[in-house]
Amino acid sequence: MRYETVIGLEVHVELATQSKIFCACHAKYGAGPNEHVCPACCGMPGMLPVTNKRVVDFGMKAGMMLNCTINRTTTFDKKSYYYPDLPCAYQTTQWFAPVAVNGLVEIETSKGKKNVRIKQIHMEEDAGKLVHDISENTSCVDFNRTSVPLIEIVSQPDLSSAEEVEAYLERLKSLLRYAKVAECAMEHGTMRCDVNLSVRPEGSDKLGVRTEMKNMNSIDAIKRAISYEVARHIDAIENGTEVLVQETRRWDDLKGKSYAMRNKETAGDYRYFPDPNVMPVVIDDAWYDSIKASLPEFPEVKRARYIETLGLSEYDATQLTKSIAVCECFEDAYAVCGNAKDAANWLLSEVMSVLGTKKMTPDSLNINGKSLGELIKLVAEGKVSRANGKKILTAMFDDTDLNPAEYAKANDLVVSNDTGLMEKVAKEVLAGEEKAVADFKAGKEKALAAILGKCMKQLKGNCNPQVLREFLISEIGKM
Amino acid sequence: MKLYTAKSDTVTAKRIVADDMILTKDMPTAAGSKMLDGYMSLLEAEAVTRLTAAGYGICGKADVGEFAIDLVGETSYYGAPTKDGKLTNASVEIVKSSEAMAAIGLDVNGSIRRAAAQGGLVSVKPTYGTVSRYGTIPVACSGETVCVTAKNTDDCREVLDVIVGHDDKDGTSLSETECAKLKKAMPAKSIKKVAMISEMCENVDAETKAKIDAVRAKLAAKGIEVTVVSEPMLSSARVAWNILMSAELCNNVSRYDGVKYGYRTENYTCIDDLYTNTRTEAFGELLKTVILYGSDALSTDNYMKVYDKGLRVRRLICECFAKLFGQYDAVLLPACSKAAYTEDMVAADKYIAFSENVFTAPASITGLPTVTAGGVQLIGPAFSENALFEAAKLYE
Ligand SMILES: [Zn+2]
Repeated sequence: MRYETVIGLEVHVELATQSKIFCACHAKYGAGPNEHVCPACCGMPGMLPVTNKRVVDFGMKAGMMLNCTINRTTTFDKKSYYYPDLPCAYQTTQWFAPVAVNGLVEIETSKGKKNVRIKQIHMEEDAGKLVHDISENTSCVDFNRTSVPLIEIVSQPDLSSAEEVEAYLERLKSLLRYAKVAECAMEHGTMRCDVNLSVRPEGSDKLGVRTEMKNMNSIDAIKRAISYEVARHIDAIENGTEVLVQETRRWDDLKGKSYAMRNKETAGDYRYFPDPNVMPVVIDDAWYDSIKASLPEFPEVKRARYIETLGLSEYDATQLTKSIAVCECFEDAYAVCGNAKDAANWLLSEVMSVLGTKKMTPDSLNINGKSLGELIKLVAEGKVSRANGKKILTAMFDDTDLNPAEYAKANDLVVSNDTGLMEKVAKEVLAGEEKAVADFKAGKEKALAAILGKCMKQLKGNCNPQVLREFLISEIGKM
Repeated sequence: MKLYTAKSDTVTAKRIVADDMILTKDMPTAAGSKMLDGYMSLLEAEAVTRLTAAGYGICGKADVGEFAIDLVGETSYYGAPTKDGKLTNASVEIVKSSEAMAAIGLDVNGSIRRAAAQGGLVSVKPTYGTVSRYGTIPVACSGETVCVTAKNTDDCREVLDVIVGHDDKDGTSLSETECAKLKKAMPAKSIKKVAMISEMCENVDAETKAKIDAVRAKLAAKGIEVTVVSEPMLSSARVAWNILMSAELCNNVSRYDGVKYGYRTENYTCIDDLYTNTRTEAFGELLKTVILYGSDALSTDNYMKVYDKGLRVRRLICECFAKLFGQYDAVLLPACSKAAYTEDMVAADKYIAFSENVFTAPASITGLPTVTAGGVQLIGPAFSENALFEAAKLYE
């Protein structure tokens, strides 16, 4: 029998606001333990939640990016459970009236395009982090992450393969990064995912038994977990190896297996009820319209514009628009250098290659696009050689304020107009390269490249290669 | 009865006592519970900050019943306050002895109003949202309010004037313009017609009945018309408030788990034991009952049947008052059924606070302003404090 897999995702994304959702503490990732805490976010009695309006802005924006309907009155509720990383033993979340509902996200895989329905997006506060010290037999709590704003994006069970899940997650990441509401970096834990999965005979309209895998934090792990779970489900259905039950499972990526979580960890009644300390948030037309107006150009629209207006190839436009950071750098560079193809070329070859050597992702690109434009101009005008241009580019990654022209001057990377120096160096090099000269004369074109390279090295690259080449050929002719 | 008097000798300014639901930085705040015995807060209540800034001095802390949900303070971990064989209240005793000119405290389940009525003091429970709840121990946030108790309406108004005002630190705090309506300088629309709720005035003891009659006579003598009105709906506020208060309490006290601060059991080997034993050892019986009741009201099976019904009844009570205020300027109710409570009464009915609050629940659940004086409550529309004080002056 053939089977089909039915997958729905619950994706948690940390919002990139400066401060936490209900207090003024920093929400940034990466501080020392308990450096970003106050009496409110560590659950001291007497502190009251004060809603951070930016969180609602970001929640609405995320909803609009995912084609959702925005609830004009959105409310916060309390969800109760005991865990040491949850200081009040309740989490403030949205249960009854989430900020956004009924969205649609288009994904593209090798099988073509597909729409994934979004059930809802709700805003909530994150929990803290437990750090276990096995040698001391103690556990420590870090409250930096408590009350950091999250949105949870709940999809309908519209996904049917690991490939689609990957495409969907990439799409969410791209859209939310375009809107600048979230970093969505699984490696930093700013995007996490619960996978709900069931298997049924192909064509059946009845859903199979559903299992949930919580807190997945890498796309590769998600893919491995999905293929393991699908195989486990099919094996259970066909061979009766086990009885499938609706349950929450933990994926152990090292062992490549999923395990049922103890009932105690999952059972329980969350006793949701409206938080009387957080007033309902009423989104009036002015607020709604201002957020709508602040939405970025969508990736597809940008891609089409790059092709139609800027004359880029489909391939280049697709590659550039994958990441908003790359797009912004490209657009700034283009605005300065005035040549879109040149700018695209620099971004997709030179910049990507530096990112690669630095083991950085395109999303983390932080060089100044205007400076890149200046650099492209310097190279195009022959003032800096392409090779030296790359050196300047590498330096720009370390110093975002770097001025390419000044840097080139200070580091002796400017193409010299002093032909006397070039001629002197060329003659000296030729004098020591009798064999190469003979080879070139005998018709070996490559021999010239070696001579040219040596000259360039002595001239520190600051020479027009075409002029040098012509001079060398004429000198060899005289020899 | 426990009273922290550490500062009383050094406070030379006008002296205010804060009840133990009000957080102070330099004196412990225990909320009458073993759970918070000796708890030193990192923050102080906004009301305390405002009073201090205005030249008043917090001279001490007065004990309360555990999380202030009982009759008048009898469930305190530090023992039931008694005087002449009757239950009393620490704040009331301190104000009566002139140790402090006024007390501030958190009215969760009416204990402050009952204590003021029985102790012959004046107390104001202002309109919900006009005094910041920042720095108060949270119990039933949707209705609890910071109150002022003093010997007379003038002292009460003076202190209320200082603590009223918008506070950014409290998301439910009303705007400065709305809060300003309570200031004593604002002209008051005088009360001419009062509705006296018949159901509420029937099942009370003779002494309480006499207090009601005396107030009625004094109002009538000043030309204020008092009409006896039957409004059985108001008695339903009690059950609804018991549901909402228990649910919110259950949730609010869940933070006391022995992990971060407060009492921690010595008897544990895992986190579940730590939670269970800490709470078993540190919470009193009444509190445990309310936690169970609230937890049940919020369970998935009961939410619609119980908690949601409570919210609906709250709306009906608001509508009921709105209808009354269409015809009358204020509503008169007793604050309790007895002139005094005894330990025997509590021993005979452990949950007496959840039936006696039939009188206080209507104002708790709606957040309406209430002035308790002459042993009775006078409830008015939102922001009508000045009018209520003017009327209460006639019989305080
Ligand atoms: Zn904080």
